[in-house]
Amino acid sequence: MKGTLSSVVIKQEWDIVGARQAGRQVSQDLGFGSVDQARIATAISELARNIYLYTEEGEITFEQVRDIPKVGLKIIAQDQGPGIKDLSAVMKDGYSTSGGLGAGLPGVKRLMDHFDLESDENGTKVTAIKWAR
Amino acid sequence: MRVPILKLHNYLLVSIQIELDDQTAMKFQEDLLGKIHDTGATGVVIDLTSVEVVDSFIAKVFGDVVSMADLMGAKVVFTGVQPAVSMTLIELGIYLKEVPTALDLEQGIIKLRQELEEK
Repeated sequence: MKGTLSSVVIKQEWDIVGARQAGRQVSQDLGFGSVDQARIATAISELARNIYLYTEEGEITFEQVRDIPKVGLKIIAQDQGPGIKDLSAVMKDGYSTSGGLGAGLPGVKRLMDHFDLESDENGTKVTAIKWAR
Repeated sequence: MRVPILKLHNYLLVSIQIELDDQTAMKFQEDLLGKIHDTGATGVVIDLTSVEVVDSFIAKVFGDVVSMADLMGAKVVFTGVQPAVSMTLIELGIYLKEVPTALDLEQGIIKLRQELEEK
């Protein structure tokens, strides 16, 4: 088993819950412990909420990655929204344009082992990996 | 979906047993404040034993409900925060320092009693 495991379209608010449930299931299947499952589910929730809040529609894809002997879960959150104007600001704790806590992206970075953010006027792509211990 | 709110003497007891989406969380906030108003409850215990994920939005709703209830004259205590939830929130950068907590429902009631009697 390798490659794409599943993907969830984020369009409505309820899809945020759907995405984190899917992510929890996938992380359980890959053998992550309960704390890592919570970290992964929370990270997915933050990424899905960003798609829901700031774009029309997006998608979160789960992939299994391998770096022998390690197994990991790669989460790709992608949208065709307006992009993030100030990339350094969104990575600062407490920055929010929606009245939230501003914990989203910097929080996801801390919860995961690898974090990558690409954004331009054609959309945003966040890639995050968690390695199973 | 709604979160049931039970009344016991002057307290309201809540055990969140469902997966909270944003709408349900907001509805719960409104329901709880309404119930405080209707019953004249002076204390609220919200038990999170069954809650496995608290993201930044839900954390904000929880923090807000403490301030809102406080403004009305009622104390809120959260109980049963799971180890994984606690670790995840701190890593997210959410400390919820203003939110009173206790280990379990029993300790929560004791904490409420202490806080309300001190006044």
